[in-house]
Amino acid sequence: MLTERNYELGKRRYVLGAIAFAIVFVYILRLFSLQLLSDDFRRNADSNAFMRRIQYPARGGISDRNGKLVVYNQPAYDIMVVMKEQEGIDTVDLCNALGITREWYERRMDEIRDRNRNPGYSSYTEQLFMSQLSTEEFSAFQEKLFRFPGFSVQKRSIRQYTMPYAAHVLGDVGEVSPSDIEADSYYRSGDYIGKLGIERFYEKQLRGEKGVEILLRDARGRIKGKYQNGKMDCAPEPGRNLTLSLDMDLQALGERLMKGKKGAIVAIEPATGEVLCMVSSPTYDPRKMVGRQRGVNSVRLYRDPAQPLLNRAIMGLYPPGSTFKTSQGLTFMQEGILSPTKTSYPCSHGFRCGGMKVGCHGHPAPLPLVPSIATSCNGYFCWGLYYMLGNRRKYKTVQDAMTTWKDYMVSMGFGYKLGIDLPGEKRGMIPNADYYDKAYGKDWTGLSVISIAIGQGEVLLTPLQIANLCATIANRGWFITPHVVKHIQDEQLDTLYTARRYTKVHPSYYRYVVEGMRKAVTGGTCRGADTPMYEVCGKTGTAQNPHGRDHSAFMGFAPMDKPRIAVCVYVENGGFGAHFGVPIGALMMEQYINGKLSKASMAKAETFENRHTISISKADDTD
Amino acid sequence: MIQTNPGRKDEGILRSLDWFTLFIFVALLGMGWMSVCGASYDFEEGTQLLDFGSRSGMQMIWILTSLLLGTVILCIDERIVESFSYIIYIGFLALLLVTPFLAHDIKGSLSWIKIGTFSIQPAEFAKFGTALCIAKVISSFDLRLEKWRDLVISSVIVLVPMGLIIMQKETGSALVYLAFFFMFYREGMAGSILFSGAAAVFYFVVGIRYADEPLWGIAQIGMGEFLVLAAIHIFSSVMMWVYTPLRGPFVRVLLIGTSIYMFAVLFCKYLFPFDICWVQWTVLAAMVVYLFYLALRDRLLSYAMIAIFAIASTGFFYSVDYVLNEVMQRHQQTRVRVLLGLEDDPRGAGYNVIQAKIAIGSGGLNGKGFLNGTQTKLKYVPEQDTDFIFCTVGEEEGFVGCTLVLVLFLLLILRLIHLAERQPLRFGRIYGYCVLSILMFHVFINVGMVLGLTPVIGIPLPFFSYGGSSLWGFTILLFIFLRIDAARNRMLH
Repeated sequence: MLTERNYELGKRRYVLGAIAFAIVFVYILRLFSLQLLSDDFRRNADSNAFMRRIQYPARGGISDRNGKLVVYNQPAYDIMVVMKEQEGIDTVDLCNALGITREWYERRMDEIRDRNRNPGYSSYTEQLFMSQLSTEEFSAFQEKLFRFPGFSVQKRSIRQYTMPYAAHVLGDVGEVSPSDIEADSYYRSGDYIGKLGIERFYEKQLRGEKGVEILLRDARGRIKGKYQNGKMDCAPEPGRNLTLSLDMDLQALGERLMKGKKGAIVAIEPATGEVLCMVSSPTYDPRKMVGRQRGVNSVRLYRDPAQPLLNRAIMGLYPPGSTFKTSQGLTFMQEGILSPTKTSYPCSHGFRCGGMKVGCHGHPAPLPLVPSIATSCNGYFCWGLYYMLGNRRKYKTVQDAMTTWKDYMVSMGFGYKLGIDLPGEKRGMIPNADYYDKAYGKDWTGLSVISIAIGQGEVLLTPLQIANLCATIANRGWFITPHVVKHIQDEQLDTLYTARRYTKVHPSYYRYVVEGMRKAVTGGTCRGADTPMYEVCGKTGTAQNPHGRDHSAFMGFAPMDKPRIAVCVYVENGGFGAHFGVPIGALMMEQYINGKLSKASMAKAETFENRHTISISKADDTD
Repeated sequence: MIQTNPGRKDEGILRSLDWFTLFIFVALLGMGWMSVCGASYDFEEGTQLLDFGSRSGMQMIWILTSLLLGTVILCIDERIVESFSYIIYIGFLALLLVTPFLAHDIKGSLSWIKIGTFSIQPAEFAKFGTALCIAKVISSFDLRLEKWRDLVISSVIVLVPMGLIIMQKETGSALVYLAFFFMFYREGMAGSILFSGAAAVFYFVVGIRYADEPLWGIAQIGMGEFLVLAAIHIFSSVMMWVYTPLRGPFVRVLLIGTSIYMFAVLFCKYLFPFDICWVQWTVLAAMVVYLFYLALRDRLLSYAMIAIFAIASTGFFYSVDYVLNEVMQRHQQTRVRVLLGLEDDPRGAGYNVIQAKIAIGSGGLNGKGFLNGTQTKLKYVPEQDTDFIFCTVGEEEGFVGCTLVLVLFLLLILRLIHLAERQPLRFGRIYGYCVLSILMFHVFINVGMVLGLTPVIGIPLPFFSYGGSSLWGFTILLFIFLRIDAARNRMLH
């Protein structure tokens, strides 16, 4: 039977064709936008299918200058969680297995989800749930791990210390903070980073480079092998080992001697600028800052009024007292204000001029430079500064003279950070002309500022800067920026730590200061440091302290002609320099030069260990 | 060569066969097999693609048997098939009726019957039975689908198997039977019925999708409601333009209505916000009254029909909420809501759609290459070798591959329209339209759901999805039409 040809209905084929065409057209447009316009889906797909398992490198080890291991790594286990996968687990069971409370669990989960605290949060990636389980805790949990989908264990290593010394230099590592993550995309939530000391300063060298292993993961989170058989994987690069310039025996002695006192000891090898010891007291045991007790302990140390976390050696700002006189003598000689052999200044129990008086102890007067250093004559250096600042032939104004003086000080490493390889170094304080202009108006003279000549007044130095002054004198005119790391594995030390820096004083003037410091030991203020074993040079300092007892300071080096050690001892409220500074300094030099203490010295060391200027801090109680 | 009846003046089948269609069919089968390989390949074990224990190996068996089946069909005289139409149809109805009792529950579906080690899905085969039957009924009784009575008779033939399949809890497969309405349209059913259907889908989707969103930042106006009521107004105007002779009323209704809406929206935005739907109801009511007035004045039923369309549309829209919450099953509700973007929990119901988009989107222009797709192989995409097979095409063959597949399907459908239109007999034409309508519906829904454009209705992509039932079903459907077409010139001799 033939159908009649209905022209009108026949046209409907075009309607149906057009519908088919429209569908395909719309779908191709949609494909275009999905596949070609946006890269999101590809990235999404990669994050779906590729599990990037981070391979953590071993952090570099740290040993002292004699090769003694100081810091090493110990395995610890972090519990990680993928939020999307852990839904529906038995939380009570989990809390029991981990020995945590339900509240702790809830709080921790909230912390993980909080994007303010945890900026890199994603519910599909591993987040740190609990850190640093010990091997025993881990093995107990591992048996139950299968019951908790979404939870996994990541092996990490934590820092461990062979000895309880040098906490301030070594510093510590801790979990990265949100700002660390923002500052450096290398870090992810839960990573560790150096927080203090060389752990922080040499973070890049110590941490190494993370590796990554790309695994294929199916929809249920099961690992289905390596992507392209591991061709795209990247092995971790272990961190570099550091060799400290510190001598741990010397450091240990220093910490012993400083027990119960506030203050610092810094010893430098003059020829290299290597810091042989850096003691800041009170101190703490670095082993307290690892593991899960870190949080509690760090809060306690932070709150301790004795400030054990403060590295006084580089952050403590102290008036240098008489140790500063050496720098003054050098400056005046170079400027031609005085002649080392010909010029003597009067001192009648001090400096008296125009109603101004700076007291001094009894000694013969007038004296030239060398005995003035040996006896630590205040008058001599006050007159020196007075004549320098008042010299209108050489300097047009007192401001010009002050500026010249300041430049000398800066050249000796004062007033600015020396640049030691530790974070947090303070620059100290060297006043300049502007400073006094502001304080006194334009109307001031040498007399107004006279106390800076004897290391009082506005002048503030760190113990490191005093030690560096001593090293410069030992070197007769130059120093190398002090540093605590002697050697980095497979890497050159920064040239900052190998280049000599000369002061503005010609080396030839230094011998007078050395001679003065030698005389101070043989017959002056530092007699306590004298020893037949080698020639010691020294200078005491007794810094007046408006808040209490004077600070006791000492700087010295030995042997005189081939100096191996330059040391600065600074004991807060220790009284005269000879009280604490000299004997502690002498013991430090003996220990370093001889490698051990004599019997008599050992007894002396014990005495000083037990002489305290402050009540023992709480941090030490718990040892 | 293959001469079905050498006694008659029959052309050789090899000459009269439409090789173009056959070529597209084989090309789609080839690409389909590659996709099944990609979807079932295991990275760890590196499956042997032709190992009969694997999905790809099994699919190759289905493809080879389909080709064999197609060849066999080409050898049968199409008049025998035609004469058996009723028997085939009734046989399938009986099979569909007993299926729920023989079937075992597969993910809530009762549509699979186990024969030996294989399971078959009668619903896939019932399509060709229904197509044969409806073609036979319409052509034998010379039904005119312009007439309501004939349309109802035809609809019953379609709706009976549809109802039986719904009883098997295979709503997706049942919805495929709506495709027959494309054929009804070609055979004379009023275009307004098809248009009304499309309009209903539009109201449903837009109404729910934008139900809770404010229009233009005005909290008092729900965007969904505003858009649907405005659409009813515009659709009615367009129908006036198409179905009535006078231009004046059309222009009046369109211009007055839209300008009132715009004025009301501006008033809301800048002067005093209020719920604009009152204005829309008033305008719609005025339009309905005007339409009835015109119907009475001009004695033209069309005006009244348009008024009824507007009333029915409004009623439908306000019952959609009821339908969604009361009529639909829970998982269907969720699927609809996810599809409309109302729920987006990546591991919840929207997971399939999101993962499908990720898999396709990650393919880029050229794809990751054969067997290199990660999303499908690592089982991120569910039903990856059946309903979501198009993801594998997208991931491994990229935009180029997807476009090629879609263009091949478009060419197939356009070719089938051409073939259907050249049939000398109404039976052949109707059957041809059934085939192309079913194919079009499958491609529309399947690819649409993978692309996140249509609801997630679990129906296979013809020639691609893994499985013997669907492949055999489509092969039979297509090859019977090719056989009928090959005999188109017989009448002229």
